[in-house]
Amino acid sequence: MNQFNGQTLSWELKDGVIELALHRDPCNEIGSITLTELERFASALERLQRSAHALILYSTLKSGFCAGADLRELYHGARAIEKQSAARGVREFLERIHRVMNAIDACPLTTIAAVNGVTFGGGFELALVCDLIIADKMARFCFPELRLGLIPAFGGIPRLKRDLGNAMVRDLLLTGRSFNAAKAQQVGLISQVTAEGESLRVARGTAAQLGKFDRSTASAAKKFIKPIPYQELQQEIEIFCELFAQPAVEAGLKKFVESKDAQPYLP
Amino acid sequence: MIEMRERMPDSQQTLEEILKLAAAQFKVPRERLTPDDDFFKTLGIDSLQALDLLTRLEHHFNVELPDYELQGVSDFRTLADRIQARL
Repeated sequence: MNQFNGQTLSWELKDGVIELALHRDPCNEIGSITLTELERFASALERLQRSAHALILYSTLKSGFCAGADLRELYHGARAIEKQSAARGVREFLERIHRVMNAIDACPLTTIAAVNGVTFGGGFELALVCDLIIADKMARFCFPELRLGLIPAFGGIPRLKRDLGNAMVRDLLLTGRSFNAAKAQQVGLISQVTAEGESLRVARGTAAQLGKFDRSTASAAKKFIKPIPYQELQQEIEIFCELFAQPAVEAGLKKFVESKDAQPYLP
Repeated sequence: MIEMRERMPDSQQTLEEILKLAAAQFKVPRERLTPDDDFFKTLGIDSLQALDLLTRLEHHFNVELPDYELQGVSDFRTLADRIQARL
């Protein structure tokens, strides 16, 4: 199937480029339906990649690329069942999303995240699996998880460490502050900054250029320069699951979900 | 007039530029905004729009504004002080 239109995302293979579009209001929060559709995409990718040289991930929403995990679904889902079952459910969710992220990370195509607006938490982690991040100048990045008593758990820490110096990694993770595209480019996290609303167009231009190169050479180069830190990714899941059992997490999630504050992401 | 402008403190200029930028971005007449307004209420903005405003201010003034420095800040005057401290 070269084309798919789901509830939360769509994809299409055209002229050697696969485009995965996220379109779940309000800002592409990753919950169980998105995860199922991402798994469907990862499965289709094995076949689609034979006829493609590039993959572009983007959002159709002006609000942003992706605001991360669906914390409302997590909070209400965990409250509805006993603690042990909730912990098992969280671990299962993480293992599934890691399989998707690893599949995109290891994909032999050149992958591009064309990001705009809010690129937070799991959304930032989704961008980090890609080979190139091309950001709209209004894009904003953040790992806010520590504000909830957690750490990023969709592979964010090992992949951030892969790309950045440790001092910057500590700043971003331990302060949980957000930062703009200019800063992201300055520290080497993103490779191109575009005018407002232009990241997808620039990503498409870049993908067209990539099509001129030999695919197997590009794939070999990618494998050499972008190792996947599988061991650390598994450690991240373990640390998250330990932290998730702490009472502070439920309190943090409750505050976030029930907040009517204009800045609910601030503790 | 020129003398007044020369004496104008930088923080006043910063404040005026913030008010102009906010008015233009959220399509509110500049004269409706005052320094002590709660910008969430006056502009009627939500958390995503507040982030958008923060990014535009960073670009305009070429500064970095960690969002924890803006925690609890809701009026233009205090916002101008925080930006001034980063200029």
